[in-house]
Amino acid sequence: MDDLNGIPGTPVFQGEQAKKGYALNKMCFSFNDAANRAAFKENEDAYMKKYGLSAEHCAAIKSRNVLQLIEAGGNVYYLAKFAGIFGLNVQDIGAQQTGMSIDEFKSFLASQG
Amino acid sequence: MARIIGGLTTSHVPSIGGAIARGDQETPYWKPFFDAFKPVHSWLAKEKPDVAVVIYNDHGLNFFLDKMPTFAIGAAAKYDNADEGWGIPVLPSFEGDPDLSWHIINDLVDHEFDLTMCQEMLVDHAFTLPVKLMYPDAGDHWPVKVVPVTINSVQHPLPTAARCYKLGQAIGRAVASYPKDLKVVVVGTGGLSHQLDGTRAGFINKEFDLLCMDKILNDPVALTKYSNRQIIEQAGSQGVELMTWIAMRGALQGHVSKVTSTYHVPISNTGGAVMLLANDDQPQAVAAE
Repeated sequence: MDDLNGIPGTPVFQGEQAKKGYALNKMCFSFNDAANRAAFKENEDAYMKKYGLSAEHCAAIKSRNVLQLIEAGGNVYYLAKFAGIFGLNVQDIGAQQTGMSIDEFKSFLASQG
Repeated sequence: MARIIGGLTTSHVPSIGGAIARGDQETPYWKPFFDAFKPVHSWLAKEKPDVAVVIYNDHGLNFFLDKMPTFAIGAAAKYDNADEGWGIPVLPSFEGDPDLSWHIINDLVDHEFDLTMCQEMLVDHAFTLPVKLMYPDAGDHWPVKVVPVTINSVQHPLPTAARCYKLGQAIGRAVASYPKDLKVVVVGTGGLSHQLDGTRAGFINKEFDLLCMDKILNDPVALTKYSNRQIIEQAGSQGVELMTWIAMRGALQGHVSKVTSTYHVPISNTGGAVMLLANDDQPQAVAAE
């Protein structure tokens, strides 16, 4: 099968990541539900404990850093639900990952047209 | 007999839902994308399809990593949309066509396409927004019944482009053998190039997208030669949603012609693309006359 590793700047969510990030992704999947989003905001530590997050997962959640969350096994589709708690969209998380300001990132998107 | 009268493909980015909710269709940012649907609306008003088979990828609303089907199909009488966690409005429920769903399931499995069957299935933005774009004035009652079909784009390994094309061909054959007189439109949603994660986030490849749109019309088999690695390199990690376009095209087995197409960068982080293909001169159509 395809070797999906080593594409520059491009994490590909394979079995290793799925294994590593399962609890983290399961917690983020729960954020489809507004009551769960509220429970997380109410007490982050208790909510992370309930889902059995590892120390690396917890540190990544605390950091609010998308690249660190991906490194911890997070999948971008579930992480987007975590970002949604803070009202962040895909331009916000794109800017964060690329080190651009939001306006710079939007200009970059438009420049490719 | 049922016949496939055409295929529609469109980007499905969630922010379309926000734009609709705010009434932003005429703003400079959104107008080129929403205007692409005017000829689609005329065609739908003229052709009046009975059923839409919508091929899309679930983004973590219905399926989680605990059980991730490569291909899944709905066999429900009703499909609900739901909160996806980041605030776009939930759209009204959709009426299914369970008899057609079971016909497709039976025919596909009989022909060695063993897909997951779902009698309950939440449909996410990748399903709801394209139908809303097709029927913006539908209110609470959609004018078509639906059959949702999902392709896994979350957890690698993903099916190959060649396999997705065969899935579309199998759906096309199954619909053509359905005894009821139905007009069916096949919808493929997603893409085109975009990448949400990693330091290459924001990557869009206009040249590749335009090549794909040309091949979807004129030479879809050429697209089945790409490996998933090549598609990720060329179209970004979420550009794999091209699979839904390829599957849609596989379902069109007659003489295919372009009704309309639009490409506009950017919508959200994505190369925004819309294409409507008519599928003519099917043997079933001749037999019906």
